[in-house]
Amino acid sequence: MSSIKLYPPKPEKVYFYGTCLVDMFYPEAGMAGIQLLEREGIEVIFPQDQTCCGQPAYTSGYHDQAREVAAAQLKLFPQDYPIVLPSGSCAGMMREHYPELFAGQPEAALAENVASRIYELTEFLLHVCHMQIEDKGEPIKVAMHTSCSARREMGLGEVGPALLKKMGNVEVVEQARIKECCGFGGAFSVRHPEISEAMVNDKVKAITDTGAQQLVSGDCGCLMNIMGANEFQAQQGLVQEVKGEHIASFLWRRSNES
Amino acid sequence: MSHNPVQSFHPRVHEAIHNPQIRANFRKAMDGLMDKRLAAFPSDDDLQKMRDLAASIRLRALAKLPELLEKLEANLTAQGIQVHWAENGDQACKIILEICQRHNAKSVIKGKSMVSEEMELNHYLAEHGIDALESDLGEYIVQLADETPSHIIMPAIHKNTDQISDLMHEKTGTNKSRDVEYLTAEARQQLRERFEKADVGVSGVNFAVAETGTLCLVENEGNGRLTTTVPPVHIAVTGIEKVVENLEDVAPLLSLLTRSATGQHITTYFNMISSPRKEGELDGPDEVHLVLVDSGRSNIYQDDELLDTLRCIRCGACMNHCPVYTRIGGHAYGYTYPGPIGKILMPHMVGLEDAKDLPSASTLCGACGEVCPVRIPIPKLLVRLREESVAGDKQHDNSMVRGRGSKRNTTETLIWKGWAKMHKHGGLYRIGTGAATVFKGLMPNKIGAWTNCRTAPKLAASTLHEQVKARQLAQAKVQKEQQKSEGEA
Repeated sequence: MSSIKLYPPKPEKVYFYGTCLVDMFYPEAGMAGIQLLEREGIEVIFPQDQTCCGQPAYTSGYHDQAREVAAAQLKLFPQDYPIVLPSGSCAGMMREHYPELFAGQPEAALAENVASRIYELTEFLLHVCHMQIEDKGEPIKVAMHTSCSARREMGLGEVGPALLKKMGNVEVVEQARIKECCGFGGAFSVRHPEISEAMVNDKVKAITDTGAQQLVSGDCGCLMNIMGANEFQAQQGLVQEVKGEHIASFLWRRSNES
Repeated sequence: MSHNPVQSFHPRVHEAIHNPQIRANFRKAMDGLMDKRLAAFPSDDDLQKMRDLAASIRLRALAKLPELLEKLEANLTAQGIQVHWAENGDQACKIILEICQRHNAKSVIKGKSMVSEEMELNHYLAEHGIDALESDLGEYIVQLADETPSHIIMPAIHKNTDQISDLMHEKTGTNKSRDVEYLTAEARQQLRERFEKADVGVSGVNFAVAETGTLCLVENEGNGRLTTTVPPVHIAVTGIEKVVENLEDVAPLLSLLTRSATGQHITTYFNMISSPRKEGELDGPDEVHLVLVDSGRSNIYQDDELLDTLRCIRCGACMNHCPVYTRIGGHAYGYTYPGPIGKILMPHMVGLEDAKDLPSASTLCGACGEVCPVRIPIPKLLVRLREESVAGDKQHDNSMVRGRGSKRNTTETLIWKGWAKMHKHGGLYRIGTGAATVFKGLMPNKIGAWTNCRTAPKLAASTLHEQVKARQLAQAKVQKEQQKSEGEA
């Protein structure tokens, strides 16, 4: 992204949009995100009617259906509070694609308004909360994978590593070809399984080659993909098993340990 | 034209992905090209400004395309270059054949031209008894192997030195050697003889300048200059989108083209052709022709969004940076233009029925869009073509895209409709059959593909919705008890 985003002062309240993948597979990452925000003195509102941002239908080409579901999400944020998501991919959908999806529709203005309030969680913690964090964990070697949406669509490639640098006992190691896609791509992973497999296997190798004990990512799609492949290979004794965690869980766990 | 690949996409991918030679050749070459490009743009700020300028030049040219094409034709004609229009590749082939036949041509020498690949010109000429020889080294190798280019600017990038040495030994009798200088010199020797006796030279065009009637040709080997100056007849062939308005538009585009493609600040040769040989001049052809090919381009032009496809200046940076292209190479795509640009261009040339697997073969990682020198929003156009494949947006029902809706099927449509119904009601979503059902419902028999190389995803014991609710209830209870004890006290 060539434009520089201006960040608002820390608000009193935010909406938290958990995303469907976190909801079903990584709820602890959602809870960690909420608790990190609360620790910053922010009241977190979790609209119970939230479901999915619509991205799966959108990227599959079913835009009528994506619009139906997205329209329901637009109604969840009536107050002018920021909307925080623990996913660069879903945040990218809502910030970058909602305006296009609703262009020329009755919801166009609302979609623009919602899009302008969207923040990815680590972006919000770093740039809006200016979060200070005390690392209470043991020394550890960590690799970070930033999703392509967070890196390229949202322009947040430096945010995750910047947060990890605040952690005194964390040594961040950099895997080869760090900016390359992990091969998830939603339905791509099952529509083109062989290409996806080649990509994720290369990614696992790059990460295990660093000797990292743990991988963190701000996106659960990538995490599910990379960790699934790592576990699969580790079960056959092919690679070292690496612990995988959403960056929110990692930050919360290590700063909240007693 | 026989664009239809012999096999469908997946078997070709399977073959490529399990070929260690292909994997190694492409990985190595693409890593090198990415590094070279990066080194050619020391300042990201400057790069972004250059991209802005280049994009604006291309946008302006496309905005005035019909007018600029007329101007180009008028200026070229006034300068003695004959302009021909072809609706499709077949017509373009016929036009070129007729010119050749008029001159009793038997031997054609060719400079690099992807448009001539698009229309399979060499085969067409061969069928009519005319021998066309590729003179670009990469194209020459590909032609020797009876293959097609696997990359738009480095046609033989799928082969390493050993493979090229073996091929040249087998086909032309050179010694087997890893000495690239030796192999190049041998190829040059063979080509020189053909340049001298060629009746017609065929080349591509990188930029056609409307204002001055100038055909610009970018190349590194000098073969382009020989092709366009030695034979008595030169035929340039290109797509209608290659026109730019002014001469001053060329420099920024050229600079970005070469840096994005190979990391070169400029190529060894840059040819500007504006007329046949004039009286008193020593070099140059007696006749120059330009064949302007449509082949679906004017159709793309009708659509405000897809129009951006036509900005392309064919640098190949999108494929160099594509994680999919790097894994499968150019041939697996099955069409003239591989990689990201091929995925957004080929569906218009051959129709979505044929090219049905191309738009989905991307993770939408955005690496292509990030490096595109003219800022083509490739991921956005891929999503648009996915929508066209399944006719998934009523707003586009009148679109001009060939094969709109050809991938739509009842089962998948029903699944997405069901998905929408469930996900537009928070209540339904929460009480719904749970995450597992949703996940499996979306991808019925495909969880097998996921678990070919990964463990299955593990559903959480309770959803975030439930955990948040439970926490709120617990907090409310504590509060209530506090109030109660305060009240009692």
